[in-house]
Amino acid sequence: MSDLNTKQFDVQSIRGDFPILHQEISPGVPLVYLDNAASSQKPIQVIDAISNHYRRTNANIHRGIHRLSEQSTVAYEQARDKARSLINAKHTEEIIFTRNATEAINLVAWSWGNSNLAEGDEIVVTELEHHSNLVPWQLLCDRTGAKLKYIPLKPDAQLDLSKLDSTIGPRTKLAAISGMSNVVGSVYGVHRIIAKARSVGSLVLADGAQSVPHTAVDVQDLDCDFMAFSGHKMCGPTGIGVLYAKRQVLESMSPFLGGGDMISRVSMEGSVWNDLPWRFEAGTPAIAQAIGLGAAIDYLTDIGMENIHHYEDQIGNYARQALVSLPGISFVSPDVENSGATISFTVEGVHPHDVAEIVNRDGVAIRAGHHCAMPLHRKLGLAASCRASMYFYNTFEEVDKLVSALRKAQKIFGVA
Amino acid sequence: MGDDLYRELILDHYQNPRNKGLLESADISHEDDNPLCGDQIHLTLTLNDGVVDEVGWDGEGCAISMASASMLSETLRGLSLEEVKQISKEDIMDMLGIQLGPVRLKCALLSLKVLKAGAYGLEGIEPDVSW
Repeated sequence: MSDLNTKQFDVQSIRGDFPILHQEISPGVPLVYLDNAASSQKPIQVIDAISNHYRRTNANIHRGIHRLSEQSTVAYEQARDKARSLINAKHTEEIIFTRNATEAINLVAWSWGNSNLAEGDEIVVTELEHHSNLVPWQLLCDRTGAKLKYIPLKPDAQLDLSKLDSTIGPRTKLAAISGMSNVVGSVYGVHRIIAKARSVGSLVLADGAQSVPHTAVDVQDLDCDFMAFSGHKMCGPTGIGVLYAKRQVLESMSPFLGGGDMISRVSMEGSVWNDLPWRFEAGTPAIAQAIGLGAAIDYLTDIGMENIHHYEDQIGNYARQALVSLPGISFVSPDVENSGATISFTVEGVHPHDVAEIVNRDGVAIRAGHHCAMPLHRKLGLAASCRASMYFYNTFEEVDKLVSALRKAQKIFGVA
Repeated sequence: MGDDLYRELILDHYQNPRNKGLLESADISHEDDNPLCGDQIHLTLTLNDGVVDEVGWDGEGCAISMASASMLSETLRGLSLEEVKQISKEDIMDMLGIQLGPVRLKCALLSLKVLKAGAYGLEGIEPDVSW
């Protein structure tokens, strides 16, 4: 982005925007929040946008002709255009607000999948998918008789692209793949997978829940038909997510949920659907949350997605190096430079749950478990792993605190 | 939260689990897991006139879940099936001697859940262990 060289990335000043980061989880123990792949924290700009909406402009949208309704409608639709701009979608009506990425994917599975898939058709996913980009397709296969196929993982947690030709073929109707994994960080080969899917006439859904918050995403360049992401992982509130879908695909799709706002005319006999994108937004939507997401997008783009990506690569590299210095640490995510700031690992002799419990005493919040990616863990022969996921407001000193807390865990268990 | 959670007794049971290893021909054999964290326990028992004779278990999980299974396994021999069914959540907590939050409580109680499901012979039905 253009602001890469013009703006200084100052993590300390950024941290000043996040009230929640300046607290102690117990006396003298400051919070070190490294669970950002699960959910991010919110800057004051987002908190204020939501608060101001409720203080000054709150009303229902799209119907009232009074002042507040008009203001709410404008703010809600502005947020939609901010989301469009963030991922460089061509048209604003290609942005559908949902509850989260999961709901966005389910919308596709129901509205597009039910009428476009039949027995013998195939959906392709990868073995590293989050359950949200897996279970909706399993359910769709149950409904339609279609088959789910997997691009396999290699033991180094990277995709085995040599299996592409045997996985994606003439029966493939949809490839649903993650742009960045919530367990292993950067996913390599997404462009190749998409090109292969395109070559057989398949549609493509990109799960952007982990990529959109951390890097510049361009849906036109990526050439995907659908993209899903969640507001809460990118400094926005919970309860708001986005489905991007190409206009021509959306136009062919039936509504997902029925109700108010998604119709243009209703009679006793039936209804005429509203225009895009509102056809897919039944009922009063999450207005304040959409406005909060809009503020989050402003906040992120003001810092610059390229700057965020660059800083996260640096802190990720630093963390990988620091973790390697400990005995008995094995990476689940590939130990590859510039592969982002989501790092999953195991500590020999200490179960991930115990690791998370012990580092928590030093204020360090990490995730332990399978991170909603059970097939990935099973494939790699793991019951669970630890995950430290940094965001652009984390500091190198916080990584040091993680490392010293891990040392304590090893000491308690007598494994180092 | 103090270091009580990883007090010596728990670490000892975790690192040197008692009665670990499944019995070849068990009268009761039950297995379950905690899908949230991947803890998994398989418990086998032999009975003699309705009284627990031998105990063997296997599993994978955190220190709390493994220590709790190990400690529980030590208390079972000589108990009647009725007595086994009476073992409560409080008994497990007394045994561990620690305070646990709601998340770790599931770790601690997995072995009891497996035991009860096995003892009641009601595979697939939620045993009488509340959390």
